[in-house]
Amino acid sequence: MTDAILDRLPQAKQPQTYLNEGYTLSSWLLTTDHKRVAILYALSITFFFFIGGAAISLVRLELISPNGMMLTDEQYNRLFTLHGIIMVWFFLVPSIPTTFGNFLMPMMIGAKDVAFPRLNIMSWYIFVIGALFTIYALIAGGVDTGWTFYTPLSTLYANGSVIAAAAGVFVAGFSSIATGINFIATVHLQRAPGMHWKRLPLFVWSIYATSIVMILATPVLAMSLLMIVAERWLGMPIFNPANGGDPLLFQHLFWFYSHPAVYIMVLPAMGVVSEVLACFARKAVFGYTAMVISLMSIAVVGFLVWGHHMFVSGQSQFANLVFSFLSFIVAVPSAIKVFNWTATLYGGRITLKAPMLYAMSFIGLFTIGGLTGLFLASVPIDIHVTDTYFVVAHFHFIMVGGAVSGFFAALHFWWPKITGRMYPDNWARIGAMTTFLGFIVTFMPQFFMGYAGMPRRYHVYPEQFQAYNVVSSVGAVILAVAYLLPLFYLTWSLRYGKPAGRNPWDATGLEWQTTSPPPKENFDRQLVVSAAPYDYENT
Amino acid sequence: MNPFVYFSRVSNEAIAVDHIFFALTALSIVIVGVVFLLLLVFSVRFRADNPVHRRKPPRIFEYIWTPATFFLFLFIFWWAAANQLGALDHPKDSLDIHVVAKQWMWKVEQPNGVREIDEIHAPIETPVRLVMTSQDVIHSLFLPALRIKQDVLPDRITYLWFTAQKPGIYHLLCAEFCGTEHSRMTGRLVLMTQPDYARWSRSQGPSRGLAAQGEKLFRSLGCSGCHGPNSSVHAPDLAGVYGREVHLSDGRVVTADEAYLRDSILKPGSAIVAGYKPEMPSFAGTVGEDDMVKLIAYLKSLAGHTTINQQGERR
Repeated sequence: MTDAILDRLPQAKQPQTYLNEGYTLSSWLLTTDHKRVAILYALSITFFFFIGGAAISLVRLELISPNGMMLTDEQYNRLFTLHGIIMVWFFLVPSIPTTFGNFLMPMMIGAKDVAFPRLNIMSWYIFVIGALFTIYALIAGGVDTGWTFYTPLSTLYANGSVIAAAAGVFVAGFSSIATGINFIATVHLQRAPGMHWKRLPLFVWSIYATSIVMILATPVLAMSLLMIVAERWLGMPIFNPANGGDPLLFQHLFWFYSHPAVYIMVLPAMGVVSEVLACFARKAVFGYTAMVISLMSIAVVGFLVWGHHMFVSGQSQFANLVFSFLSFIVAVPSAIKVFNWTATLYGGRITLKAPMLYAMSFIGLFTIGGLTGLFLASVPIDIHVTDTYFVVAHFHFIMVGGAVSGFFAALHFWWPKITGRMYPDNWARIGAMTTFLGFIVTFMPQFFMGYAGMPRRYHVYPEQFQAYNVVSSVGAVILAVAYLLPLFYLTWSLRYGKPAGRNPWDATGLEWQTTSPPPKENFDRQLVVSAAPYDYENT
Repeated sequence: MNPFVYFSRVSNEAIAVDHIFFALTALSIVIVGVVFLLLLVFSVRFRADNPVHRRKPPRIFEYIWTPATFFLFLFIFWWAAANQLGALDHPKDSLDIHVVAKQWMWKVEQPNGVREIDEIHAPIETPVRLVMTSQDVIHSLFLPALRIKQDVLPDRITYLWFTAQKPGIYHLLCAEFCGTEHSRMTGRLVLMTQPDYARWSRSQGPSRGLAAQGEKLFRSLGCSGCHGPNSSVHAPDLAGVYGREVHLSDGRVVTADEAYLRDSILKPGSAIVAGYKPEMPSFAGTVGEDDMVKLIAYLKSLAGHTTINQQGERR
């Protein structure tokens, strides 16, 4: 891997990179280098991404027939629960922050490392312990509560390893909190001279906003999971109405975390898209200040909208109105971001490389996801479509169309920096377009199916919905191919890819001002920042 | 069955929901269309090798689209919410059908005591109210043709109401994941004309009305020992209590609805009528959800009777 650098930098005998500073297992497992921690995280979440993907592939296959083909009800329920738990907590929540955030955020502010390097590696170990609980729950037969763990089903009625699964998510939550604290401290303390707050790249702002949400919301998730364990294991009456508990209390606590968790997933993707668009349009992001205000206000107002998940739960009509109103408010900054991204393209010098295609997919799919969010914020519509495939389609547009597209944009944008190698751009562009196509074919029909009345989490379903389900399953096959494709060409590029050099995209961020892959402490000198980010027009 | 239940116009409320849905869909198509079009046009026109004149987008756009978005969203909120407000109040003089959900079936009792499983028969052009509770986990009764659903909770009563316009057989689904056979917890909503419904009710064989069964329980459980007309125990009078405002000893004033009556039977200590001692035992565990339906039906039937409250009065 290092001979790539040798070609480009003849003056250096053996350029130091974070990859060649040690080859032993312990040099990886005991590392405190933010870049190595990022790689550890990346390997772990990639593993989980494919586990979660395999689970849902079986589900989609099963749904081709209205009466099921190969799974029992029990197996079906366990598969979609597994998919939800793994994709939410072991892929999406850690995805961009712990990998690209970890690797790049310190570099983008001109720092040598995060503020607490040992906390950083510890957070990965915590994540792994959480993951082990989850894998245990999986091997021990799985869980059939849905990823939402609603009580009293989860505490009193469900079979399966609810306690192990809850423990896994509980433990993994601490890794989120540790990462959040670390990033906030890093942004506050480690910025290079001249890196004022108004000069922070939007990706750094997005990681900062995400970290705030992580440390404020995750403890509430921890509490609610602990209460589930207390009730299920120790019989403490908390949610069981027969003992004076309130099952709705759980939903309030759960969504108080899980709604902001959506922003944990999508805010970093917004940051990525801002970086990529600016680079491939050769222009500063339009309305930088509005973008920062939008990021921060989404993070804050996002805490006040959890009740829109509970319009039919028995919550009061007055509460429904208030939460409906606040949900419309939180949509405003998201809309403004879409406008600003679009305006960024105006008057640019645009090249449609693979990262740009993923970023533009993000904008399109996120717009659809956001607009269908307005449907769900409207109480009369939500009453009809909540708990149907309409909701499934909506949040997959945000989390897959949005967050996962952002993840792939980041992967293709920073791959040359991280590995020092270029991937074959044509293959990557085919991948990006296949992803978009597969996504649309998979999830578009689900909106129609949901409005027609198909409930989510149904193993067998009325025959009238079969046509939609077949189309959706065909789309899932395309999507699966599109997600497997990068596995091949990116792995190929590690060995055969062209050396990337410092700055293959001619980008302005500080992370591009060092060698690829970067050396242990990122830069060979202390950087001093003298300009705002995205100074593309003057380069 | 029609695959597009969308357009079946089963109730006026469902049509109203469809209208909001179609309007939002049209708006979304326009916005998505504009965004996709701009992405495409900009990508082509401002491609790197195209020697076209380039200007910066004017800042003024920000000052236009920010308030425009805000007020558009505010308008949608107002429009959707205004539509919802009309449906806040329970209908008056509704036909009350009781629903008890359990893993994994719907148990239904018609006002005249006819029992159904996984099926609700109801007349059109009549306000119908479903009075629902669950025996175990949370379920959700979903009637897609009517565009309504409501979660059904253990130990609590929730309601769903509608006035249908069009006879037919429609889906009845459980929408909240409730365990292994969740997707099989389905049934039929059978909407009939009023004469058909009356005929159907009669044809279900001789069955005693819910209220009559409740009255029997009222005696066998010993309720009448204290609350009955000839009792010497100091207990509140229950004739006409349903729907009345009740003053509680802690100063609260509550309306005696199903939920209140239910709580008073299961958790009598939670709401003591002003002027009475908390001495009633709890019937939790004794009175199941089926019996509860009957007891409440009986108490509701007392609304018109004035003869028995003579001796139940406070002394």
